[in-house]
Amino acid sequence: MNTEKKSFTISIYTENNIGLLNRVSSIFLKRHLNIESLTTSQSEIEHVNRFVIVSEMTEIQAEKVVKQLEKQIEVIRAYYHTDEETIYQETALYKVASDSLFEQRQVQNIIKESHANIVTVSREFFVIEKTGRRHETEQLYQDLKPYKLMQFVRSGRISVTKEPMNISEMLAAF
Amino acid sequence: METKTQIASEKMNTKTQHISGAEAVIKCLLAEGVDLIYGYPGGAIMPIYDELYKYQDQLQHVLTRHEQGATHAAQGFARVTGKVGVAMATSGPGATNLVTGIADAQIDSTPMVCITGQVGKHLLGSDAFQETDIVGISTPVTKWNYQITEASEVPKILAKAFYIARSGRPGPVLIDITKNAQFDTFDFEYQKCTSIRSYKAVPTIDENQLKEAAKLINSAKKPMIIFGQGVILGEAELEFKTFIEKTGIPSTWTILGLSALPSIHPLNAGMVGMHGNYAPNVLTNECDVLIAIGMRFDDRVTGNLATYAKQAKVIHFDIDPAEIDKNVKTDVAVLGDVKETLAQILPFVHSTSHENWMQEFKKLDAIEFDKVIKDELYPTKDGITMGEVIKEINAVTKGEAVIVSDVGQHQMFACRYAEFNQTKSNITSGGLGTMGFALPAAIGAKMGAPEREVIAIIGDGGYQMTIQELGTIFQTKAAVKIVVLNNEFLGMVRQWQQLFFDKRYASTEMVNPDFVTIAKGYHIEANRVTKRATLRESIEKMITCKDSYFLEVCVEKENNVFPMIPTGASVSDIRLS
Repeated sequence: MNTEKKSFTISIYTENNIGLLNRVSSIFLKRHLNIESLTTSQSEIEHVNRFVIVSEMTEIQAEKVVKQLEKQIEVIRAYYHTDEETIYQETALYKVASDSLFEQRQVQNIIKESHANIVTVSREFFVIEKTGRRHETEQLYQDLKPYKLMQFVRSGRISVTKEPMNISEMLAAF
Repeated sequence: METKTQIASEKMNTKTQHISGAEAVIKCLLAEGVDLIYGYPGGAIMPIYDELYKYQDQLQHVLTRHEQGATHAAQGFARVTGKVGVAMATSGPGATNLVTGIADAQIDSTPMVCITGQVGKHLLGSDAFQETDIVGISTPVTKWNYQITEASEVPKILAKAFYIARSGRPGPVLIDITKNAQFDTFDFEYQKCTSIRSYKAVPTIDENQLKEAAKLINSAKKPMIIFGQGVILGEAELEFKTFIEKTGIPSTWTILGLSALPSIHPLNAGMVGMHGNYAPNVLTNECDVLIAIGMRFDDRVTGNLATYAKQAKVIHFDIDPAEIDKNVKTDVAVLGDVKETLAQILPFVHSTSHENWMQEFKKLDAIEFDKVIKDELYPTKDGITMGEVIKEINAVTKGEAVIVSDVGQHQMFACRYAEFNQTKSNITSGGLGTMGFALPAAIGAKMGAPEREVIAIIGDGGYQMTIQELGTIFQTKAAVKIVVLNNEFLGMVRQWQQLFFDKRYASTEMVNPDFVTIAKGYHIEANRVTKRATLRESIEKMITCKDSYFLEVCVEKENNVFPMIPTGASVSDIRLS
């Protein structure tokens, strides 16, 4: 098995209970693994939550982390995947001062070329949204940076796997 | 006239009753068969203690002298009985004092339920008096934990707590109950928990794994078993014995596996690990098939993993899938409850004996006897050795006692030399190495097995970490026998300082109080031995005493435990001196 460190996406199907985030993150903490991004949301199954965690580690570590996660009482199933095995996106929001839109012709071109969506426009600022891979949202950030970028925020990774997960069948098997 | 039991069973049988959360806690404990708990009261848990007062005819509460003592006593009780131990404490410092015992129970897979009081729901997060986030604090060291904030949650959550603590690979569960949830009333009804949809306690047995394992076992010329506490926790002692007797495989044990197989069994091949026996450590690196049963390849067992049993095919029987390949790469994993997997593999394995291979163990045993054991058990120098104290205890108790050891050199001597005829008799803090464990754990063990002789063997360092539990012994009259092996040092650390830090004895020398006087202050009969000539009779006197008894043995100050695998070394590089 590969001992080289790389980015793994850990997907965890869980019950929706208070404190579970603490339990999940403690498994990374105990092994001194940094969590690069974390999102939780409902999953395709009612009352079942899904964590998507991106963290850099070796495949051996990923395998062990997944086993420890599955050992937790309220974790239904956990998986690890490489980037190639998943379809993933991140969303970023950019708040830019409105005057730059009118004064700097370049800003309009940046927005047009980036295929970003304009979420809202007001007299003081406008907000654009861009969903894509990290390098795409990063590129837009770099492009807008010189033009009064007032706020920038990027979500954690959300991803689905190319392979089926079959969680419903697993739940029935417990 | 109604008897107390009649009243009790009526209380239980009524289907729905309108009661407080605090009373519900007691009823849940009774419904789970609990009749003994350890704890310490305080502000946030007072409603539950008030109910304990009312139910004291059915549920005995033992007041320890520190909450840590309550957890260790509950652990000792659980380890000797196989039942769930229960410890109780108030919020804040009461709860944080439980943490060491909880961590100990987690790493040694001990079934335990801890109940803590918490400030009222409306005060949560306000830094109220004695408020602490015990759920947050205990998360990494519990199998499960939960905060109850409504009385109506009590029955369901406590049922779940007991189910989780005892099922599958056992472990500690902490339930934190806010004060309002203790006071509020609701319609109580109890139903035992038998399953949780996200939790599979015992993996389904795969017959292919059994057959693969059997194939390897049948083809082995030099097979070796290492068994751990899984055999005891799974109550699989008989299945294990039948399996090894059919296959004729030399069986070695981890510190927590000790007592699952009688010491005198011809296939008992000794202890593996840092201070284990010479033969099993050396031969770990010579066997062709290594069969791990209910053990977890702790670093104290394996030494350097890069040179651990590389020549062997590894079979791992375990109930916990997370243990497979965690430390040692397995060729065949047999998942399931060992009581079942060992029974089910039996028809697939051949009846064999491995006489020549067993002889290799015997040859190395003879070397160890000559270089280490002889001087330890039959010393010619003046000072009493720790090993000979254990040998004398064996002679008097004939392997029938429960031995509760603390942590350090004396623990290694106890585990190396104590003899056991029956299972669940060796109680020690293996994984966490908690000094101060033995005295309170012995109290719990004695209460769990009152008909048995319970002997705590403790160093002078660890003894002083929970010495206040002498008060619990005095108050409850628990007839625990306490042997303190006093070398006026933190001996194990001193040994490392001698071997690896050029004898710089930094903070390991102890100036001790008069232990005999302290014991007598608690009205515990006490004696001190300084000479070999009176050792045996002192132990006999201690065992004959029907009450608790304290015996201090002043042992050689600078003795070392050997054999020893230095940290980072391979098991086969075990040192005899």
